[in-house]
Amino acid sequence: MTKRLLLYSALIIFAVFFFYPFLWMVVTTFRPEADIGALSILPARVTLENYIAVFRKIPILRAFFNSLLVSVSVTAGVLAFCSMAGYALSRLKFRGRNAIFFLILFTMMLPFQITLIPQYLLMVKFHWVNTYLALIIPFTMSAFGIILFRQHFLTIPQDLIDAARIDGCSEMHILFRILWPLSVPTLVTVGILTFMTIWNDVLWPIIVIRNQDLMTMPQLVTLFAVGGRAEGLLGLKLASATLLALPIVVAYSFFQRYFIESMATSGLKS
Amino acid sequence: MKQNRIGWLFLSPYLIHFAVFLAFPIVFSLVLLFHQWDVVSPLKFVGLQNFTKVFQDKLFFKALFNTFYFLIIHIPLQIIVALLLAVILNRKIKFRGFFRAVYFLPVVVSGVVITMLWNQLYNLNSGLLNQLIQSIGLPRVAWLTSPKLAMPSIAIMATWKNVGLYVVLFLVGLQSVPKSMYEAADIEGASEWQKFRKITLPMINSTFFMVVILSTISGFSLFIEPYIMTGGGPMNSTLSAVLYIYKQAFNFYHMGYAATLGFVFAIILFTVVLIQRKVLERDVGY
Repeated sequence: MTKRLLLYSALIIFAVFFFYPFLWMVVTTFRPEADIGALSILPARVTLENYIAVFRKIPILRAFFNSLLVSVSVTAGVLAFCSMAGYALSRLKFRGRNAIFFLILFTMMLPFQITLIPQYLLMVKFHWVNTYLALIIPFTMSAFGIILFRQHFLTIPQDLIDAARIDGCSEMHILFRILWPLSVPTLVTVGILTFMTIWNDVLWPIIVIRNQDLMTMPQLVTLFAVGGRAEGLLGLKLASATLLALPIVVAYSFFQRYFIESMATSGLKS
Repeated sequence: MKQNRIGWLFLSPYLIHFAVFLAFPIVFSLVLLFHQWDVVSPLKFVGLQNFTKVFQDKLFFKALFNTFYFLIIHIPLQIIVALLLAVILNRKIKFRGFFRAVYFLPVVVSGVVITMLWNQLYNLNSGLLNQLIQSIGLPRVAWLTSPKLAMPSIAIMATWKNVGLYVVLFLVGLQSVPKSMYEAADIEGASEWQKFRKITLPMINSTFFMVVILSTISGFSLFIEPYIMTGGGPMNSTLSAVLYIYKQAFNFYHMGYAATLGFVFAIILFTVVLIQRKVLERDVGY
């Protein structure tokens, strides 16, 4: 009995340790600047002025829209292109198939530190700096996504595909109309992984976007925090951080099981 | 025949993407290694000068040292906390899903948010941590302003952010250990610690390996945390590999040198992962 008590106490202490800072952050954003820094989470005075100031100082709604546009476009591209490649590698027989498969496995091991600089220079050459294209096109393919689709398509019975072919379905029709509805878990996994990676990425946007109207949300908030525009006011910084966290936390609270399972598969990468 | 054509057609987006966004940049980076370039003026061939410069560059070694300093704190801390929580959660626990979801929350939240939040927690005067420490009568700690402590502070924050993912990975590993092995050990009268040491640890070795590799890669990718918190300071004590590449490329426009740094760091990362693999595989081999 005491042992169980000990175990639960440990779990609860860690839960507080992971959750309290977030709670404190949200409460702090509703405090006037003078009250910030207090340990407690019960605000003495409540104000919306931090949020009003953030909306006045930076185009955060525009940045939210940019992030959404970029993340949705990339995710759609990854799902379409990776499932096509995964289908070709698992259910179509052609010469060179194994060579391509090993090429894909090999590219998964390449660290991004090698390609970062030349990819930026490519964006300069294409005149894609300061455009959505730089944020979208280079990411519409994922070696890991291809592998996941390939593994999944291998589990689908050949009879089903043969029957569709006899009925005269095109391979496109087979992939998108017959296999996709049978692949919802894989689509969800690849979708969440891609969306999260793109939504949270900061390094690449900081490199290729300088026009404030095209900035993604994490980029805008980062520059707001390290640049001078928050005027060192903590309430403002944390309010912008809370707005940045909000969309993902809302999505996570509804679909946490899918987030956790998807991100756990990313561990298999190594 | 028909499948041959369609197969390549279906792969064509991949092949185009590979050629443009991977093969070309890699070839181009190999060219850059031997050139000096500021983007505006033409490429200037400098032979092996970029490489000799790397090995004389004090900041390169500083960034390398900082990365290993980060890893030496981050990896053990990550493994101990994640394993502890996973072992507890693997028992008959009520609300297991709830606890797992809370521990996982920092994993999904953007690193920008986490860094801005911890920047305040670590604040010397008004930070929550120092308030707590002072309230029990201890002197305040210079979390981010002391060159010795700044990197460990970032490592603690990174652990706090990522540990939920590793709890889940360890849980998956733990659940694959057959129950019968523990039952057999119970019959032999083994203690909890013996069971953990002799059954659990060897059985989850592959998870262990995965956690070490993923943490190492994240250490070599560290960027936004020092970028927001310290800008690489104090005294370059939090200058990370990627932050240094970024500064060379986008503050000084030394593209050739930045590409060389990226290349050398990638080779080092590769070597480290290979060594870890060798060591950890030998550990299982009994």
